[in-house]
Amino acid sequence: KNHDLEEPSGPPEGCCGLGKSKQPNRFFKPNAIKTNKYTPLFFIPMNLYEQFHRLANVYFVGLAILNFIPVVNAFQPEVALIPICVIMFLTALKDGWEDFRRYQSDKKLNNMPCLIYSRYLTRSLFYDVERWKDVRVGDFVKVVCNETVPADLLLLHTSDPNNVCHIETSNLDGETNLKQRNLNVKRFLTFSRNREKPDKEKTGAGIESLLLRGCTVRNTEHAIGFVVYAGHETKSMLNNNGPRYKRSKLERRLNVDVFFCVLLLFIMCLIGSLGHYLWLKNLSDVPSFLVSDSKGHLDSPSLSSFYMFFTMIILLQILIPISLYVSVELVKIGQIFFILTDVDLYDEETDSRVQCRSLNITEDLGQIEYIFSDKTGTLTENKMVFRRCSIMGKDYPHKENVIAFLHHQETQVIPDEKLLQQISRSERSSSGISDPYMDFFLALAICNSVVVSMATTQRQRVSSPLHSQKTNNPLESLSVLAKRTGSFWKVFDSPKQNGSSTSAHKRSDDANGVQPRALDPMTLSARPAAASGDVCYEAESPDEAALVYAAKTYGFTLLARTPNSVTVRVPSGEELVFEVLDTLAFDSNRKRMSVLVRHPITGEYVLYTKGADYAIMELLGTPYAGDGQQKKIAADTQYHLDCYAKDGLRTLCITKKIVSSREYQSWLADRKKALAAIDGREELMMASAVQLETELTMLGATGIEDRLQESVPDTITALREAGIKVWVLTGDKPETALNIGYACRLLEEGDLVTCVSILDCTLEEVRRYHEDPRNVDTTQKISLMIDGDTLAIALSPDLQDRFLELAKRCRSVLCCRVTPLQKSRVVKLVRDKLKVMTLAVGDGANDVNMIQVADVGIGISGQEGMQAVMASDFAITRFKHLKKLLLVHGHWCHTRLANMIIYFFYKNAAYVNLLFWYQFYCGFSGTAMIDYWLMIFFNLFFTSTPPIMFGIMDKDVSAEMLMGVPELYRTGQGSGEYNFRTFWISMLDAFYQSLVCFFVPYLAYQGSDVDIFTFGTPLNTSSLFIILLHLGIEIKSWTVVHWIIMLGSVALYFIVTLAYSAICVTCNPPSNPYWILQNQMADPMFYLICIISTVVALLPR
Amino acid sequence: MGKEKSKSGPLARRPDNSAFKQQRLPAWTPMLTASTVLPSFYLLALICMLLGVWLLLTVQNTQEMKVDYTEAGSCNLCFEMRKNVSNAGQKCTCMIMFSIEKAFKGDVFIYYGLRNFHQNLRRYMDSRDDGQMLGRKSNLKSPSSYCKPFDVDEKGVPIAPCGAVANSMFNDSFILTYYTINGPTVVPLLRKGLTWYTDKNVKYRNPKMDNLTLPEVFEGTTRPPYWQKPVYQLDPFDPNNNGFINDDLLVWMREAAFPNFKKLYGFLYRANKPFTKGLPAGNYSVAISYNFPVQYFKGRKEVVLTTVSWFGGQNHFLPIAYLVTSGLILLTAVVLTVVWWKFGKDGKNMAD
Repeated sequence: KNHDLEEPSGPPEGCCGLGKSKQPNRFFKPNAIKTNKYTPLFFIPMNLYEQFHRLANVYFVGLAILNFIPVVNAFQPEVALIPICVIMFLTALKDGWEDFRRYQSDKKLNNMPCLIYSRYLTRSLFYDVERWKDVRVGDFVKVVCNETVPADLLLLHTSDPNNVCHIETSNLDGETNLKQRNLNVKRFLTFSRNREKPDKEKTGAGIESLLLRGCTVRNTEHAIGFVVYAGHETKSMLNNNGPRYKRSKLERRLNVDVFFCVLLLFIMCLIGSLGHYLWLKNLSDVPSFLVSDSKGHLDSPSLSSFYMFFTMIILLQILIPISLYVSVELVKIGQIFFILTDVDLYDEETDSRVQCRSLNITEDLGQIEYIFSDKTGTLTENKMVFRRCSIMGKDYPHKENVIAFLHHQETQVIPDEKLLQQISRSERSSSGISDPYMDFFLALAICNSVVVSMATTQRQRVSSPLHSQKTNNPLESLSVLAKRTGSFWKVFDSPKQNGSSTSAHKRSDDANGVQPRALDPMTLSARPAAASGDVCYEAESPDEAALVYAAKTYGFTLLARTPNSVTVRVPSGEELVFEVLDTLAFDSNRKRMSVLVRHPITGEYVLYTKGADYAIMELLGTPYAGDGQQKKIAADTQYHLDCYAKDGLRTLCITKKIVSSREYQSWLADRKKALAAIDGREELMMASAVQLETELTMLGATGIEDRLQESVPDTITALREAGIKVWVLTGDKPETALNIGYACRLLEEGDLVTCVSILDCTLEEVRRYHEDPRNVDTTQKISLMIDGDTLAIALSPDLQDRFLELAKRCRSVLCCRVTPLQKSRVVKLVRDKLKVMTLAVGDGANDVNMIQVADVGIGISGQEGMQAVMASDFAITRFKHLKKLLLVHGHWCHTRLANMIIYFFYKNAAYVNLLFWYQFYCGFSGTAMIDYWLMIFFNLFFTSTPPIMFGIMDKDVSAEMLMGVPELYRTGQGSGEYNFRTFWISMLDAFYQSLVCFFVPYLAYQGSDVDIFTFGTPLNTSSLFIILLHLGIEIKSWTVVHWIIMLGSVALYFIVTLAYSAICVTCNPPSNPYWILQNQMADPMFYLICIISTVVALLPR
Repeated sequence: MGKEKSKSGPLARRPDNSAFKQQRLPAWTPMLTASTVLPSFYLLALICMLLGVWLLLTVQNTQEMKVDYTEAGSCNLCFEMRKNVSNAGQKCTCMIMFSIEKAFKGDVFIYYGLRNFHQNLRRYMDSRDDGQMLGRKSNLKSPSSYCKPFDVDEKGVPIAPCGAVANSMFNDSFILTYYTINGPTVVPLLRKGLTWYTDKNVKYRNPKMDNLTLPEVFEGTTRPPYWQKPVYQLDPFDPNNNGFINDDLLVWMREAAFPNFKKLYGFLYRANKPFTKGLPAGNYSVAISYNFPVQYFKGRKEVVLTTVSWFGGQNHFLPIAYLVTSGLILLTAVVLTVVWWKFGKDGKNMAD
């Protein structure tokens, strides 16, 4: 049947009749995707190429190669390659595994089945089941319900009679609400008609008729589309840039210290080569221990000391810790594991854990100094509840709602009795057509982008695996659905509705003065056999849904919405079908949306507009200016709006405009031009929208409550005690923001709140206030409040510094009515100018900029989709989780990593210096008194696991303590525990310890018959003990894991060394540690030396 | 796991509430309080003190005597002679007199000492072939490249043992004489058992004999250029001390860690009188066959006689180190105690 439908407009013959070679679209890329970087054949060279982008790897390979040059080599060349090979092999293994996983997922995707309209004449008119990778540009693809779209499709046909296709984009942006995609019939017909005789006229197709790859078709039986982009050219693949790489502050600091190490190494090597030169000069003759090269020729002292410089670099290379970067990565993975598994950061309601999307900035969490927070959805629940409204300048407070509110029936609105009476009265009086009260609720019901879905269709959205879990237990099915946060509360609506509406029924019965007709919708919805069934609303923003539900409560039920019509049942029971002529969608510049409909009864063109009050007030009609009534309404409404805002409600203005037919026609022409345009379409669309939205008539305003999230005040107080400044950046009105500010204890009673209007004066005033000695006790009690317009001025280059100075003196800053761009500019300004660590937290698309700009971006996965989460580094579910995330995990991650890095530098410096001191006794010839294999093992195995474990598991302070005493967080701020001082102290410590560790055995063995490796063994052993015990002192809490790893490392050292020196008679010529440790362990001297050097080395600690 | 599965439904993604994953493993947090730190300091000081005293007493019982013979007495002539390389073939002997004031009791070790001789230079110490000295025939005929330039002679004949280490082997020999009232008695020396057991029996082996004599086995090789005799004549009378397993060679091949070192030459043979109890006090002489040149590196040569304790030869450093450490710890402990007394005993963290 569907094929018949498609037949007249079937695919162009030229496309399907030709073989593959002649197909006009053969130059387009196929739909197969390949995200894996490597192929099995070229894995090694490509991976090596990737790895060599890392400077450290180049350095170490360079050194290993240097070792192959005979004049400078320090070790046996083959052995010198081992550490870098091990490191690179591990990295390659990790890369390869990741790539293999990508390959597998690609393969799975590429082989997914889909229906393609046959390209060959022989089998035409049928859809072949093919795989995704066979889809090509120009194909006609049919997607059935619940299937994923294989490529970017231009929608040509849907099974829906209204030419609408519903899609869910959760794969792309995580939003679970349904979106509509329209099929522009006219355009489509043009297209099909021009198939045979193509004309030159261009038609533009917008995003509203495009199905993007990765979307899922919902509530629509099938849709057919024309492939416009395939494979890597699809939007989702183009946007897929892979994980962002943020570099943490600690890592930047680390690189500086690596540079210091290089400098130190250089100095040591210079000393070495200079010493060699002097030593050679001092020799009067050629002694028998000075070995010439194979031709019996000896290099001059200067030349050989030049060579010696490079030998020294090779010998002392481990001063730059080769395994540091790998270890840091491992530690971060471990830290993230513990953050992820923290049960305190788990939200039961949405069954979600914290997400770590960025893997390498865990320690930044411990250094935050400024938090920039969004308000809606971040500090508040973003579960909107209709609280009050003002119609025609009259306030209806809806007092009963407060009670219902306490019972968490968020979507249910208990109608205000007075208003109910008013509605029924006006209905009687004026046939319910042009009464402002009726208009108000019609506007609520119509002017939105809410999609209506029946309870039955709702079920389709649950994908098959979940189906199986469904039981008759309603609670369980609810909880299954609860996973889809977007649909959660809409589903919740259905069982609760009956109960509350009947109670409303009773109460209105008591009121008596109400016409039973007014209650129709309630009784209607209570009726089990109601033809409409339970309506569920899929809204893009919770505000809209709250308004639609409110309208429903008053009997104005939105029954259906198609691109061309809206069906509303009015209290009288009539179902009015409004023809939608156009929808001027919401955008953040206009801050309003409008719907242009044709009234079914009067036939008038009516424009309903709703939007932020300041965006509406200036557009109110001038013709009514003379009308005192209108003016009064506007003034009253404004007054009510201000009251609402003071109560912390979100306000919206509802207006109406009757458009004359002539006006409409002229506007339509412009609009069409804008629609058809391809270049600059957005601007034209907006201009045309603005053109129509003038001279509006005020109907009323609504106040929607957004509840504060639990423990927000506690969290903010704790964060502030931790020395973090909290700024709130919101798009709301100043009054609302102020109210929320007090509610969440960002501002405190008695605080001096300064609203900025003239920056200089305020700054001057604040400065004076600070300098005033009387105010010493009350410093930091000033809060700053600034709105978007002022902010725009304050952010201008010449005022920036003064603004910052002012903000710095204030305890908290509230910015209201700011645009997303301003948010990010504020964050950027503070980050760059004050050089502090910033954290931005937000939940909506308007916070994305700010989240990306901040050092740490945190997304709250809430009601407003997933864009913020997608852009964030960490995603949490509640604002209160921030407290533990920062105060506990942030602190831990920072101290752990900082200490581990310092320890790593210390460890390598301490060990390398042993070799360096020895150079003074071997004529600076680059001799190592420790067998090279053991040196490698020492760094790679014996002493590498304890610091990693330390970096993952140590706790300097317990979690309870950190939560209870937020001041502890301050240790990490600024440069934190890893700074210039701590680094150099640990380096000095390393020098001291290596001095002890070298000179104690040296003095003990001086003048004896000890041989080189016998001398090296106690050195190696005692330095192992020193290094491990040093760590033992650093470790603040010992768990079983600590003990096992520490003792295991010591055991491993002895086992490996014993085995190595027992087995290897000549395996590593020319150095030969055979049986040395065994001999040493039989010698009491060995123990005496180990004990004394360990004790002396660690005594200062 | 079963438990976890049954917990499906709304809380399916809830993390395990286990002690490990929640970082709540029972932990021991070392609390540095005065009551724990101070006793441990005192204890540590006491242990170090005891060890130090014990070591000091032991060291007091050891004796050591060094006789520098580089250019002393008649050796001056030999010293001058060895300055000239062309005289390398000529023999030179000299004699040094010395006296022992206090008898050496117990086992007496005789060492030769070298000063300023860098056996620990990287090139030098690499210049050897352990494979060859392990008795591998292949390495015997083609020594490892590490031995260069002492792997083959000018005619291409492989050198055994190859390398600079073996080439520069110390080749002076000593005869100790004790002057009693009855006249001079040669001090009997044991010149075997100087090496580690593993060196003699595992690490160094002569090439397989297969009924051949040692000289036949080493046929086709030549001696190192500085040597006077080939390797198979190092001790022609004892096949167990000849070739690659000659004790003197092995002692030399164990490269010293520092430029000033001593190496074992022999033990006092205590079977006969008057040496049963060690070296008696009196006058001695040492006759030296002076071969090893030291003037190229401004070196010194000496003969060292010493008795040993359980922890090695005479070593004053370790006991002193222990005593000093003990003193330091004690001092710190006392200071801490005073601080603790003065500033209240509230167990403040003073170790930091």
